[in-house]
Amino acid sequence: MPTKIEKDAVTGTQTTGHEWDGIKELNTPLPKWWLYTFYACILWSLVYWVLYPAIPYITGATRGILGWSSRTQITEQLATAHAAQAEYLKGIHDTQLAAIPDNPKLFEFARRGGEVAFNDNCAPCHGVGGSGNPGGFPVLADDVWLWGGTLAAIQQTVTHGIRWSDDADTRVSEMPTFGEILSHDEINNVAEYVLSLSGRADDPKAAEAGAQVFTDNCAACHGDKGQGSHDVGAPRLSDAVWLYGGTKADIVSQVTKPKHGVMPAWSGRLDADTIKMLAVYVHSLGGGK
Amino acid sequence: MSDEIVVEEVSSVREQKEALKRREEAPAGATAGRDQPLYADRVKVYPRKVWGTFRRLKWAALGLLLAIYYLVPWIRWDRGPGAPDQAVLIDMPSRRAYFFFIEIWPQEVYYLTGLLILAAVGLFFVTSLAGRVWCGYACPQTVWTDLFMWVERLVEGDRNARMRLDRQPFSVGKLARKATKHGIWLLIAFVTGGAWIMYFKDAPTLVHELVTFRAAESVWLFIGLFTFTTYLLAGWAREQVCTYMCPWPRFQAAMFDEDTLIVTYQRWRGEPRGKLKKGENDDWSKRGDCIDCKACVAVCPTGIDIRDGQQLECINCALCIDACNDVMAKLGRPGELITYDTEANQIAQEQGNPRPRYKLIRIRTIFYALLFVGVATVMLGQLLFRNTLDINVLHDRNPLFVTLSNGDIRNGYTVKLLNKTREQRTFVLSFAGLPGATMDVLEHPADGDAVLLIAAPDSVATYDVQVRAPRSESVGESHPVTFTLTDPYKGETVTYKSVFRGPER
Repeated sequence: MPTKIEKDAVTGTQTTGHEWDGIKELNTPLPKWWLYTFYACILWSLVYWVLYPAIPYITGATRGILGWSSRTQITEQLATAHAAQAEYLKGIHDTQLAAIPDNPKLFEFARRGGEVAFNDNCAPCHGVGGSGNPGGFPVLADDVWLWGGTLAAIQQTVTHGIRWSDDADTRVSEMPTFGEILSHDEINNVAEYVLSLSGRADDPKAAEAGAQVFTDNCAACHGDKGQGSHDVGAPRLSDAVWLYGGTKADIVSQVTKPKHGVMPAWSGRLDADTIKMLAVYVHSLGGGK
Repeated sequence: MSDEIVVEEVSSVREQKEALKRREEAPAGATAGRDQPLYADRVKVYPRKVWGTFRRLKWAALGLLLAIYYLVPWIRWDRGPGAPDQAVLIDMPSRRAYFFFIEIWPQEVYYLTGLLILAAVGLFFVTSLAGRVWCGYACPQTVWTDLFMWVERLVEGDRNARMRLDRQPFSVGKLARKATKHGIWLLIAFVTGGAWIMYFKDAPTLVHELVTFRAAESVWLFIGLFTFTTYLLAGWAREQVCTYMCPWPRFQAAMFDEDTLIVTYQRWRGEPRGKLKKGENDDWSKRGDCIDCKACVAVCPTGIDIRDGQQLECINCALCIDACNDVMAKLGRPGELITYDTEANQIAQEQGNPRPRYKLIRIRTIFYALLFVGVATVMLGQLLFRNTLDINVLHDRNPLFVTLSNGDIRNGYTVKLLNKTREQRTFVLSFAGLPGATMDVLEHPADGDAVLLIAAPDSVATYDVQVRAPRSESVGESHPVTFTLTDPYKGETVTYKSVFRGPER
């Protein structure tokens, strides 16, 4: 800092004494209140330190004398939200599942609530929005249902699961391992016949031969025209939707050594009201019966 | 007569001189021989009362602007049942802004953008023509500071009285005056804060709530906030806001050029300045017109000396013109020693050239004017052809498409219908671009590729729409389609381009 104050000739303002390549800086000091505002901000932050959680240490942080925490806040907010939902939750609880769609407000609440539950619990396998996943995780937005697409059927499936051995009321069925029962030719013929049901057979002769095999082995569950059965979760074979793939190789593979999907029973994890909402949501995805 | 005036000026000038001296010496004087202080003391400004053309103009502007600010929320405008009847209202909870016959939805916030652009360009235009007109007459900081100074003058007296009062030791009388002043300031500040809230809540309802102490906590909070800022900025901060806080003075000079009218001290006429002493230096042909009475400094609300030339602190309020004209008249000299003039004119006159003309039409002003007219035209066009309906279509992402049992492909859409009128309307939604496709609205009777949909008054109706393309139709991964929304009664139509997705081929 200079000991001698220098004044700029043109403006009459003092310089700071700093010089860069002949350019001198004029001393135009900030007003004092600016400085005091800065001090006030520091003071504010100190108060903040005392009132709120501020200084971290290894396993936590200072709590602050107000005792505020974001966790408490979210708990309170959730409690408020639950209180606001109480009326609707009671409505869901008191209303028969089949009657929920008749009440527009309740229906909307069930759809939204079901969506949240779906995304948390079901979407990992069935995809967000019920878009399904390859390898046996059915699309829930289409009009194809293995175990029935009514509200009650969906509620039953979600509650008790499919082939879930811990639940006595679970939906069970098993397609025999036809690789041990039928010959290669028979399997080939029946696959051609199955393709012919959706008009895609390449080999009409084999398909014709397969018809008898189908009647003897498959029709009991899948129906004489491959129309399927919701009672045993037997897929309809004459439509365009294939759980394990619709090519001839896929069909041969499934006949030879069938895959069976498993879905957990949700009754132990989700309460009955949530399952009701889930049923409403899944039913509304676009294929509900 | 003129002697008297001058003597009175001198007595107040002495104080002014002392203040100026303090101000000049403040950075160094107090700590002579040591380093300069890093922060400057505030030199309090005691503007003197002044009369004249520009003061009258300023009072008029102040009255008009304050009247607009305080009264506009009270203007009623009937919009029919269920709608607020306040002419100017920003209704946050229901997401609407009202301005007389105009109603703006959040989707149309570009009107606000347009308005801000107009305000900016308008400011540039005016500034390039006549300098800091905004700062001097219309800026809220100026208007409220002026109002607060007027109160101050009423309670504490004019400049000299106020200076004396501040120098006085503490007394009951001083306390009473100060308390009265701050009381009135706070009252004005409260009314200012309250009026601000009225632009966001129905004014009569709000007043009723306030009077009966039933207003919401947030209302009190905001009124408190604006009361405090008004009191602080207009009562205490004043010129500090313009000098240190406001960005505009820092870059407004970019709109200036040598043909911009600014408040100017006519140096060529005023210099050499000097005190007027009878029989000593009263030969006007040998001296400048400025008698160094510092009346211009005394009336200045920002406490500067206009004779130092153009400066950042000068808000171009032109009160110094009034003050100087007053003195010049008493001296029998021509007025306008300080005047609105351009730099080009000043240079010309200093060199003894005839006064050049004012150049109002310049590339700069033409550009700003064209820009202003352009933006205004676009906005007006938008407003005139504003649709009272709109449609937004969101294609479902999960799943992108669904293969149905018979092989048809189905796509889901969320369709939002915006009914911007005050009556319930029935629209026809139709779909085109995909031969053979059918449209379904969830829980609504469908009619092939067109469907009737109802939208409640002044609201958005949301419908889940499903479109099915027959198996035979090859849609490919993405197929352009169009949704059209028509009001069959009014004939209004809007369209939305979307896509229909299918499996990879």
